[in-house]
Amino acid sequence: MIPMAFDYEVAESVDHAIDLLGQHGEDSKLLAGGHSLIPIMRLRLAAPTVLIDLGRLEELRYVRDGGDHLAIGAMTRHRDLLFNDLVKEHCGIVGWTAGLLGDPSVQHRGTLGGTLSHGDSSGDMPSVITALEGELTIKGPQGERTVEAADFFQDYMMTDLGEQEVVTEIRVPKLAPGTGWSYKKFSRRSQDWATVGVAAVVERSNGSIGSARIALTSMGATPIRAAAVEQALSGASPDAVAEASQSADEGTNPSSDDAASAEFRRHLARVFTQRAVEEALGR
Amino acid sequence: MTQAPERYMGNGIPRKEDPNLVTGKANWTDNIKLPGMVHMTMLRSPFARAKVTKLDVSAALERPGVVAAFTGADLAEEWPGGVPCAAVVTEEQKTPFFPPIVTDEVRHVGDVVAVVVASDRYAAQDALEFIEVDYEPLPAVVNMEDALKEGSPLVHEDFGTNECFTYTANVGNTDELFDRTDDPGDAGAEIRGPEVQGQGDTDEAFRRANVVIKERYIQQRLLPTAIEPRASVAYPDPGHDGYVIYTSTQVPHLAKIVISLATGIPENQIRVVAPDVGGGFGSKLNIYREEILAVVLAKRLGTPVKFVEDRSENYQATIHGRGQIQDVELAADSDGKILGMRVKLLDDMGAYLQLLTPVIAISGAAMFPGVYTFDAFSIEIKGVFTNLTPTDAYRGAGRPEACYAIERAMDSLARELDMDPAEIRRRNFYEPFDEPTANPAGLMYDSFNLQAALDRAVELADYQSLREEQRRRREANDPVQLGIGFSTYTEICGLGPSHALAGLGIGGGGWEVASVRMLVTGKVEVATGTSPHGQGHETSWSQIAADVLGVTPDDVEVLHGDTGTVPFGRDTYGSRSLAVGGIAVYHAANKVIEKGKKIAAHMLEAAEEDIEFEGGKFSVAGSPDQNVGIGDVAGAAYLGNDLPEGMEPTLNETMTFDPPNFTFPFGAHICVTEVDTETGAVKIRDYIAVDDCGPVINPTIVDGQLHGGLAQGIAQALYEGVIYDEEGNLLTASMVNYMIPGAPELPNYTLDRTVTPSPSNPLGVKGVGEAGTIGAPPAVINSVVDALSPMGIRHIDMPASPMRVWKAIQNAQGLQSGDRQEDASLGASAAGIKQGGDA
Ligand SMILES: Cc1cc2nc3c(=O)[nH]c(=O)nc-3n(C[C@H](O)[C@H](O)[C@H](O)COP(=O)(O)OP(=O)(O)OC[C@H]3O[C@@H](n4cnc5c(N)ncnc54)[C@H](O)[C@@H]3O)c2cc1C
Repeated sequence: MIPMAFDYEVAESVDHAIDLLGQHGEDSKLLAGGHSLIPIMRLRLAAPTVLIDLGRLEELRYVRDGGDHLAIGAMTRHRDLLFNDLVKEHCGIVGWTAGLLGDPSVQHRGTLGGTLSHGDSSGDMPSVITALEGELTIKGPQGERTVEAADFFQDYMMTDLGEQEVVTEIRVPKLAPGTGWSYKKFSRRSQDWATVGVAAVVERSNGSIGSARIALTSMGATPIRAAAVEQALSGASPDAVAEASQSADEGTNPSSDDAASAEFRRHLARVFTQRAVEEALGR
Repeated sequence: MTQAPERYMGNGIPRKEDPNLVTGKANWTDNIKLPGMVHMTMLRSPFARAKVTKLDVSAALERPGVVAAFTGADLAEEWPGGVPCAAVVTEEQKTPFFPPIVTDEVRHVGDVVAVVVASDRYAAQDALEFIEVDYEPLPAVVNMEDALKEGSPLVHEDFGTNECFTYTANVGNTDELFDRTDDPGDAGAEIRGPEVQGQGDTDEAFRRANVVIKERYIQQRLLPTAIEPRASVAYPDPGHDGYVIYTSTQVPHLAKIVISLATGIPENQIRVVAPDVGGGFGSKLNIYREEILAVVLAKRLGTPVKFVEDRSENYQATIHGRGQIQDVELAADSDGKILGMRVKLLDDMGAYLQLLTPVIAISGAAMFPGVYTFDAFSIEIKGVFTNLTPTDAYRGAGRPEACYAIERAMDSLARELDMDPAEIRRRNFYEPFDEPTANPAGLMYDSFNLQAALDRAVELADYQSLREEQRRRREANDPVQLGIGFSTYTEICGLGPSHALAGLGIGGGGWEVASVRMLVTGKVEVATGTSPHGQGHETSWSQIAADVLGVTPDDVEVLHGDTGTVPFGRDTYGSRSLAVGGIAVYHAANKVIEKGKKIAAHMLEAAEEDIEFEGGKFSVAGSPDQNVGIGDVAGAAYLGNDLPEGMEPTLNETMTFDPPNFTFPFGAHICVTEVDTETGAVKIRDYIAVDDCGPVINPTIVDGQLHGGLAQGIAQALYEGVIYDEEGNLLTASMVNYMIPGAPELPNYTLDRTVTPSPSNPLGVKGVGEAGTIGAPPAVINSVVDALSPMGIRHIDMPASPMRVWKAIQNAQGLQSGDRQEDASLGASAAGIKQGGDA
């Protein structure tokens, strides 16, 4: 549990961080909250020779009203999101979920940009941003680009990020009144990663379900949309939820580990999809 | 003085230890920095069993900061004794030589292959990667039942078997009782030790039985997880021959002896200090190869050597707890009265024998009958070597295993007879008693009143309304079902009468020492042989001494944990400290008063028989104005210029207390769970614990012991479990996947007490350190099984994780519809199930 030796650089700006990434090459890594990176370095599963610390980039720590969306700086801490009024008013699922990540000390250090860039499909935020159909702004030597969450997560711990790129901002839509949400997280202990998680964003229309967007945590290499359930619920009556949820695990590829067998994960995905959609409908 | 003297015993005064602990002023071993100090780090085996075919440390020596690197062959002459095991439980017991560094074969993941010493911990860690080592992996033994099969790979080939010992205690014919012809039993087998005896005619009991319960329970391996991992600093004693070792241990006095035996360094040239110790839970009731190595390297290198393990090392190389397969049979008549009990255990030793490994199960053997009185009892225990980390004492050490077996079996019996689980317990309780009374295994229980404890728990739980709610939920087919689980337990504490410990196979030495000194300024020093590591002895011993001496606890300083300050002691484990060490303090303080009376009589020119002592003053009976304070008496004793003829100066009394019997705290626990039948999640809604540890010296400390113990007991029942794969790799190698519950997982406890003094000591105290880990696991599992019993579920192994509960429900539903479903994907972790881990 002692990492290999490494050098440490402080990024003064996003452009400086990009330069430093260029200078130090592929053995360098950006350091945000350090709450995913440092643990894997301590286990010597990663051994970067240089860490480039984004920790002082206050300009990446914000939540702004972008009209139809909220813009969140990549270095915004989970704890900031938990108590942010704009988030509470327009996209409550983000703040709620931030409060479920680990424990308060994890929430004080960890960042939204960090948890998305890490690309761990058992992270809670990747599914939430996926269910919200959010976007990431990424900056590199060639300038800025935008990528949809669905395209950003490519494989287990693999994202669309290039070697010299930095995530700068995350955009999530403001949820219209009448749109309910829920994030259900099942874990052995409150501070554990999700055995299974379900993010649901459900639009109501005239007593029935307009549309539902559902993304699953820990059910495969990336966050996975429960497409079959979404389809079955589109325009359906709330009575259809229980039955529709039975196909929540379609198209997933969960693994087996100490916490749950693949079979149990599939079962949990069905149970919690139903519970999440029902809660969203009531919210 | 007119004011009545304050009595401190019985008051929850704040712990004296806490201000330093909560303001970061504690003296942890890792805080110790000495001039010239170097750090040692172990190269540990990644294989459970392998031959070391090549080993070359020379490249590591070239690395920056590296001071030295050694193989086992380099140092073998430094440890003629190896790492000693103090327990011999049968004459045939096989005790392997346990070298601090192996020379040929590694026997568990984490076994030590080489050691690197460097200027700092980081340099040492980095240099490990430059040691050249080749292994030839061999098939590993990871499962006790497989280990005993013909043709199994052998952990120690020269023994020709993986059986470490077979211990039996049995009189009479338990087998006929059960009327099982397939089982020849052990009738007439030798009885070892005076403590564990099968009694009565067990065969007869089982023949007469109307009901026989026959079950298999698994005690999974557990990681003790003290918050402070192991740490040591050893250095040559400046200006003396010999060595000092600061080490995070529960047992500095035992360590002094064991390090001497291991290294051949004379015992009087070793000083062991346990500074502030951040928990032990039994895991630091041991003397480890690393502690021996630190001393050996300090000797070789002539400089201070520090060792600090990290959490992954802690999980691989500090002892594990539990690890039993229990086959339990109970015979009863149709009224639910127990007639007899038969127990067969397989007990997992791991790869080597640590200090007490073989005796852990044996020390619990006589506790299987629990709080129930019946005639016939027999037990057989087989110790089994596996290629896993050695096991040893973990909070409860033998008793949680015993308690779980009988308490689970009692619930099964109740279900079989369709009786209320509280009622079946009452029918088998002893009538309340306060004089030693034999249990079915020949142990003399000291004093019981189970009825009072259970009545109180039932009242606190509002038991009848709980059953009502349970009925409603069952009728409504609520997905969340309610469970109510009982456990009525006793534990054996106050380790122990020396002759009884000899009978257990650990030689003896159950006494404890205390010295009480009145200083010339009237202050008091209490030197105790106990070695607290979280239990608050500084506070409790101060309360005892203050009450006897008529001073305040603030006047008392408690010295402990240093063999240079307290030369004799038997340290802290087995809930022994108060009932043995605290009593020694009490007696030594009374000896001070006895001598003080002689001096006071001389000073007051009165007869010794006329001197009374109260509230810190010696006075002449009938004329309270004629008095002298204990401080003045201490001053006179110290100056020594006007003492009674022939009296030795100073008020400095020592007492070595060897208890006449153990103590047996007991209690009744009720666990109320809500079980989500859709997800398998178990939530503890309420936990009621009524414990009886005799009179309480400090109620705050006692409650704290219960909270922590209950948390660890609940942890065993629902969360924790070591998982190995089939190759013997430790999968739960960090806190990420070893499931220690935190505050959010645990309920608010409802605690209460009854008080039944022990006749084993003058204060009547019993001990409370392990009550929670003993009482809780069966209460929790009984509760979960109770919730699910309408589905036909009879048992769920620990830890009852959501997946296990869900699986049990799936199987039960499958059984009901006649088509039992096996979850194929569970096969992957079957090794965990087989040797007692999670699945
Ligand atoms: C005890 C504990 C419990 C936890 N529990 C949970 C949980 O329940 N659920 C959960 O989802 N997470 C959990 N986490 C993870 C936590 O949320 C992390 O903070 C988060 O996953 C990573 O964020 P970070 O800011 O710490 O990133 P870091 O660890 O600093 O970085 C993670 C990776 O992202 C890269 N990176 C960081 N920022 C950027 C950026 N702006 N642009 C490009 N690349 C970047 C880094 O180079 C690194 O590879 C837990 C962590 C701990 C230690």
